[in-house]
This record gives sequence, structure tokens and C-alpha cells, in this order.
Amino acid sequence: MPAVPFEYHMPRTLTEALDVLHAHGGDAKPLAGGQSLIPMLTLRLVRPAVVVDLHPLEELRTVRRDNGILEIGALVRHRALERGEGALGACPLLAQAASLIGNVRVRTLGTIGGSLAHADPAAELPAVVRALDGTLVLRGLAGERVVPAQDFFVGILTTALQPGELLAAVRLPVLGARVGSAVEEFSRRAGDFAIVAAVAVVELDTLGRVARARVALAGVGPTPRRLSGVERAVVGEEPTLETFRQLLSGRPLEIEPDNDIHASAAFRTHLARVLTARALARAATAAAGRAAGS
Amino acid sequence: MKELGVVFTLNGERREIRAPVHRTLLHVLRDDLGAVEVKDGCGEGVCGTCTVLLDGEPVSSCLVLAARVAGRDVTTLRGLSTGDEPHPLQEAFVVCGAAQCGFCTPGMILTAYAFLRDHPHPSRGDIRRAIAGNLCRCTGYTKIVDAIAAAASAAGTETRSRG
Repeated sequence: MPAVPFEYHMPRTLTEALDVLHAHGGDAKPLAGGQSLIPMLTLRLVRPAVVVDLHPLEELRTVRRDNGILEIGALVRHRALERGEGALGACPLLAQAASLIGNVRVRTLGTIGGSLAHADPAAELPAVVRALDGTLVLRGLAGERVVPAQDFFVGILTTALQPGELLAAVRLPVLGARVGSAVEEFSRRAGDFAIVAAVAVVELDTLGRVARARVALAGVGPTPRRLSGVERAVVGEEPTLETFRQLLSGRPLEIEPDNDIHASAAFRTHLARVLTARALARAATAAAGRAAGS
Repeated sequence: MKELGVVFTLNGERREIRAPVHRTLLHVLRDDLGAVEVKDGCGEGVCGTCTVLLDGEPVSSCLVLAARVAGRDVTTLRGLSTGDEPHPLQEAFVVCGAAQCGFCTPGMILTAYAFLRDHPHPSRGDIRRAIAGNLCRCTGYTKIVDAIAAAASAAGTETRSRG
């Protein structure tokens, strides 16, 4: 069990939670699903003086769809994403990505806000939010800040959240009829973090060629990376796996993979190319399916 | 050290405990309540031996603070059987020889129980994916998959014969 004791708060309202967080500043850690924070406490990787348990805050569990924007409360669980419960069904990318997270027990308790605020460089959901150009809704005693994904992820396990602030929700665009999405990843064992994960969103034109593409990778740098060069290069192309493979072959990518105990930088770069091509091809197939179905 | 009072339901019975705020459900169950059918494995939520059902869904009890279970239902392996009558999944594990050392078995059966409730007619591939988060170092998994498939197919037969 967590070997180091801490002061424990279970606030009943968001305002109460923000009061406690504000009072303790950098000494306090918010607890969402606990699937990263509890093991980190157990391993003594973090030693907060105060833990603020967000569990009772129902206001952080709501999902709303409004004008093509899906707003997902920070405490919505991975299982709900995976099952596409209610309005979450409007973003199939979430179900795909969530089904790849950890094991079923992690998904039962783990939350979208917890994953985004934890900002593990290999996690799927930060890459999904980055690929979709989502925005993060941050709440503090001073009010609300809305931060684009590209500014939210700052470094390894580091975000734009300031002491005393909470991630309240994430906003994602609902994709149109000719737009498809896919996640591809490689991990050595089931349930491990991905060594590299690729998220692609592809829009097709009326002739079935790529009109617009977005690609975000996890596991190739301290934060999720967009491949803007690849995104530009695939526009106008026939969306086949072979085309994408050729376009990616030997191409320099805007990534900074590390050598570490899990994989060499060269292997991560190889995976980035292979998984990006696969994700683009699957996203294009999904887009064609949606275009035919509409 | 600060302690919290927590009231919850364990296998259908109301339990009241006092625990330090940083105590996990796993240690409350094993050390305070004697529910040693819950096994203490990796302590990091990876191995699956400490799996319990929280309001019917599988969780790692090593990653749940005891304070979180206030007012909720916790089910351990013991909660699946009816008196001395084993649950069909337990029966299938015995018949198929799916337990060797037995350390992973409680978590394995609880994971399978929640999975079969949501997916009554799984393929062997579905079963393998469902238990991917529960590690077994003895069996090589084949007999575990056999047992879960046998329990699913027995339940299917029962449903059909009732219908």
C-alpha cells in the first residue's frame, strides 16, 4: 500500500475542491481514478502532503454534445469511452483508443481527465486529443481557462495545469461524414504502455482522395507529436496503405524519440513510420465507409 | 495517523472498518477482514491477482483507497458461490484443471465472471483478450481458456433449455 501517509480530503463540490487545492498549492495532488497516482504513491515516485479525492464530484462526470463539440467531463471513465456510452458514441476514436489502455481493471477506474493531466508520453488519449485539436477546460479559483491541446502538453508528465488548478473537461470536435479515424500501436505485452502509438484522422474528397489528414504520435518524444509534414504530403493522394508506406519511407519525421530500456530511437522511428501508414490507411477506410453510409 | 470510518458491503454483508487514509482496499480485505481469497501480487495493478468486483466491475483492490468503497458493493471470489455450492465458473476451473498453484485463480474467475455477464457467447479469442490483464505463471492459459469457454457454453445450454 502507499507507504507514505498523506492528508486526505474528499470534497463534496468543485468549489470546495478548488479551495483545498489552492490552500495547499504544489503540495496537493488531485486523485481521479487513481490508476497512475496510487502506484506512484506506492512506489514513492510522488510524495504529496495532501491528496484531494475528486471521486464525489458528479459535475465532472457529465458528457454534452453541442454544435458539433463533444464536451467530456474529466472523471468520465475509460470503460464509458470504450463502450461508447451515450453521446460518447459520436467520437469512435475514443472507443478505439480507450480499449488499448492498460487492462480492464485500469479501464474500470481510470478517467480521461486523469490520463490527460498525468500526461504520460506513451499514453493514447493525449495523442487522440492532440490529433483532434481538442481543447482542455481548466478550472481554478480565479475562473476558467480553455487551453488548446498543443499548449496543454508541456513535457514528460507535465502540463499547463498550475498548482491549484484542475482539469474539468476536454472538448473534442465531432467528425463529419467523410472523416474517419484510427489508432494503431505496438507494445511488447498486452496491457503495456505502447512503445509507439499513432492516431490518424483522414478526410476524403468527393473523388475519394485525401482532402485533409491529421496525425499524432505517442512514444516518440516528451509530448504527443503532430506530423505536420506528413499531414501536408498526403493531401491529394490515393488513400492506400501502399501509398502511405511509400510516402513515409525514409522521410524525416518531426519526432524526438529516446533510446531507453523499452526501445532504441531507431526502432521507435521505424514503428512511427509503419504505424502512421497503417493508421492513415485504416482512417481512410473508415472515412470511405462513413461517406458511403451517409 | 488519521483514520477514516468506512461502511461498505462485502459479499452481501455490511462491514464497518476503520483504516488509515492511505490504506488500500486490498489490505483492508486481507489483513482487517480476513478475506485472504484476495491475493496480494504486484501491488501496482498489473498482475490481476487482487481483482475484486466493485459495484460489479473488476478493479485492482491494490489501487483503490479504502475510503473510496464507502457505500459500495465489493465482491470477492467467496461472493460468487452459494453456500457450499461452487459457482459454475469455479466448477469449470476444477473440471478443466485450470488451477495449478492457484494464486491467479480468484482474480481470473472474477474477471471471467464480469466478462461472461457482458459477453455470454465469446470466442476463444475474446476470452484470451478478456483475461489479458490477469497473469498466470503456471498453466500457459490454455486450460483457463477451456474452463471459461466451458462455463460459457454450459450457461448457454441452460438458457436454451429454460427457453
